Amino acid sequence: MKENKHVVQKIKQEAKRIKGSITTGKKPSMKFPLRSLSNVRYHPKLGFFEMRGKKKERTLTVNTVKTFAQTLRMMALSKELLETDDIATKREAYYVSKNWEAARFDDQTESDTVIDDVEAFFSLNREQLGFIPEEKGGDVAGKLVVIDRDRETGKRIKIDCTKFGSGAYSIPISVEELEFETNAKFILVIETAGMFQRLVKHAYWKKANCILVSMGGVPTRACRRFIRRLSDSKKLPVYVFVDGDPYGISNIYRTLKVGSGNAAHLNEFFCVPQAKFLGITPQDIVNYKLPTHPLKDVDVKRAKDALKNDPFVLHHKTWQKALSQLIKMGVRAEQQALAKHGLNYVIDTYLPEKLKHPEHFLP
Amino acid sequence: MATSKRILEAETSKPVSESGSFEDLPLFDADSKKAGIIEAASKKKPSTVKKNQPSARKKRARRKSTIDRKKSTVASEASAAASEKEARGKPVRRQPAYQTAQTLALRQREISVSEFFAKNRHLLGFDSLTKALLTAIKEAVDNSLDACEEAGLLPDLLVEILELSENRYKIVVEDSGPGIVKSQVPKIFGKLLYGSKFHTLKQARGQQGIGISAAGMYAQLTTGKPVRVITRTGPRQQAHVYELQIDTKKNMPVIISEGASEWSNDHGTRIEMEIMATYKKGQRSVDTYMHQVAMANPHAHIVYRPPKDAEVIYPRVTESLPPEPLAIKPHPHGVELGVLLDMLKTTKSRNIRGFLTTEFTRMSSRLAGDVLEAAGLPSSMSPKRVTREGAESIINAFGRAKIMKPPTNCLSVIGGELLERSVAREIEADYYTAVTRPPAVYRGNPFQVEIAFAYGGTLPDDEIVKLYRYANRAPLIYQQAGCAMTHAVNATAWRNYGLQQARGALPSGPLAIVIHIASVWVPFTSESKESIAHYPEIIKEIKLALQECGRGLSRFIRRGVRERDEAKKRSYIERYIPHIGIALREILSMSEKEETRVVDKLKTTLERSRKL
Repeated sequence: MKENKHVVQKIKQEAKRIKGSITTGKKPSMKFPLRSLSNVRYHPKLGFFEMRGKKKERTLTVNTVKTFAQTLRMMALSKELLETDDIATKREAYYVSKNWEAARFDDQTESDTVIDDVEAFFSLNREQLGFIPEEKGGDVAGKLVVIDRDRETGKRIKIDCTKFGSGAYSIPISVEELEFETNAKFILVIETAGMFQRLVKHAYWKKANCILVSMGGVPTRACRRFIRRLSDSKKLPVYVFVDGDPYGISNIYRTLKVGSGNAAHLNEFFCVPQAKFLGITPQDIVNYKLPTHPLKDVDVKRAKDALKNDPFVLHHKTWQKALSQLIKMGVRAEQQALAKHGLNYVIDTYLPEKLKHPEHFLP
Repeated sequence: MATSKRILEAETSKPVSESGSFEDLPLFDADSKKAGIIEAASKKKPSTVKKNQPSARKKRARRKSTIDRKKSTVASEASAAASEKEARGKPVRRQPAYQTAQTLALRQREISVSEFFAKNRHLLGFDSLTKALLTAIKEAVDNSLDACEEAGLLPDLLVEILELSENRYKIVVEDSGPGIVKSQVPKIFGKLLYGSKFHTLKQARGQQGIGISAAGMYAQLTTGKPVRVITRTGPRQQAHVYELQIDTKKNMPVIISEGASEWSNDHGTRIEMEIMATYKKGQRSVDTYMHQVAMANPHAHIVYRPPKDAEVIYPRVTESLPPEPLAIKPHPHGVELGVLLDMLKTTKSRNIRGFLTTEFTRMSSRLAGDVLEAAGLPSSMSPKRVTREGAESIINAFGRAKIMKPPTNCLSVIGGELLERSVAREIEADYYTAVTRPPAVYRGNPFQVEIAFAYGGTLPDDEIVKLYRYANRAPLIYQQAGCAMTHAVNATAWRNYGLQQARGALPSGPLAIVIHIASVWVPFTSESKESIAHYPEIIKEIKLALQECGRGLSRFIRRGVRERDEAKKRSYIERYIPHIGIALREILSMSEKEETRVVDKLKTTLERSRKL
């Protein structure tokens, strides 16, 4: 609640400033940080994308009046949520706007953009503004006990992630209050649910004494934060196992490790700088003679774009080499491609072999 | 066509003889392609009676087909059978018993023009029931307006359509023209290709002398009723009433009855006929046609009584008659071999030099001498002795000679200002403009184009533009797609003028385009006078006029776009500013009074910066 008050104060301050310029006969304006990859810098020491100072100023004119009004109304909604200690999903916020007559949103992407603008404006996390995402955080299985609190009684409850059988523990949207107990040696982060299922089914975590996390594509903020907190508090290395293609490397892995360009003001918390890239590396494709698919045009474009514009790739020569190699080979290989050598080849051969040499993992 | 006093006595129809019959008719000299069509058509079996002609059941038609059948008995039995089968519209595979020249000769016989058109009535615009009603009225109205103008009288027209039963209508067209001399009435209304206009080069609605008699013939074919004509030449004369039919075999009028009559009008003509037809509303309806006639004839007062609906009155816009168009002689560059041979035969000149100077426009004696020298013919040669080859070399010499363009003072246009006023009376719009081009020449015939635009107002935003086509003040209703005017509109780049246009199509937008072409000889693509032939000179003139009007239009549209943009931005401010007020009130817990103050202040700030 105390934090809520602080945020409400920030919102009120901004509103007052705007009102001030209106009453003095000036056109009010708001300065938003530019939310794109061109406005981030890779900070090698801290290990994440840091925002550069670029801002766009939105002055109230005839052309911006609609978005301006919508942004202000969204701030008002946030203030109301915080004061009543309530939350709204992004979808719900979109439906609330349907009550705003002319200022309503026609599409959820519009309202999501405005929410992102507001959180960047205040350099806050959207959860701090009372908005929560609907997206799932990710799945966890293995040698981990998560300590959460009972929603009704507030009593500590221990959740043993080894006891979900063929299922898994689901990462909640807010992970700040969680505590962990574990004696695992490392965290293995997996891109696809399919590979995660295989490793859970054959209790790979028991064999390798690790914690398995499934991201299901680009990791959500909650997933990134969960891995970060777990890794930080238990001093566990994080190994990432994704598809060997430009998307797996420059979107999934990079976002997990250093954060995104879109919400750069939050990357400090929502990144896992200690993450290392286990596979599938372009060299794996050669070494393991993996079956491949040709790179699509979008893949090539994505890889070239990363080589040119991604501050993270630009910082790491190793990644530039790897991506160039991939483009040169003109192929990509999925995690599941290892099944060529037998369904459990990944468990019996690939992972053990790779884990023997963590120093070979890509940064 | 008919009512003129200058009716030519010379050409009282000699029934046309089979061999080369149509070449002899000046009508088809105008366009050799047309002649080709006619000839091809004339080779059809004379007995192919149209199937979809409900009138075939009618008395008159029945009588006709009996005659046909009687005639065919002259031929050999086999061919009679064949032609009878064809008469029923079911062509059968011919027996391998081939014809000989002799048997064929038995079937070859003369066709009268009337007979030909009775069978090919689509050539005259009587192909459907809806169209028939329009064509019949159009022919009568054309004649009435021409007659009034020629006599220097302001036209007062009454057009009435009475529904007698389903698909059967009586049409009445009455005018305040000069009336028709009693003895001429039967020929004018009961004989095809009889009239005053064909042999002069002069701007008029009618041209060939087919229209009104064809309408009468259509009435006769479909209802069997004769055409009724009342005419009076002056207050001291008695009105005369006729009931007429056409003998289609001989192309001669048949007088059913005639006599003196009472008539309330001082002078004028009234024609009544009963036809099979359908009255419909819409784009190509008689209603639209009357509306368009009124638009192009601001000097006419027209009363129109449609069936069922209320009477419509189109009052006069101007009291002054359009200047009387002048008749001109043919221009050497427009003449064709057949016509020249004809002229050589009938001229009164003694030598060809005299012939050239008197029968053609823009031929000085010196120029005529030069032409003849180039053609290798002696000036003193008698025109009657000029051979086909000689005539051909004259034509070639014409082509090489530098001859002044024909005089253009023979044309009478509506005039930009009057056209604009007239359009403004009929179409409610926000913007009008009109342009009259200087006269130009195609194939030796002078012509002039004028165009008017009406934009915005009640015209629909998202439809194809409305195109009103006129030739010598007569509206063209059918065959828009094949018309040179449509082609010119399509070929104009409308996007430059602020309208949307799909490639090679009519533009879309709230625009009505009125195109009028005036000429001593309008090059129609068919006898039903529905569209203009694609002469490059004509298309060019239309395009130039469209572009001139377009420039004015685009200025108007651009101004409108600016104003609309401004209004839209203004409404934007009105719509969203209150929400800024609401948000600020919610965040800062302001009073409603304070909110109003903030909103008002913001509005004035924004509007000041917009420089409205």
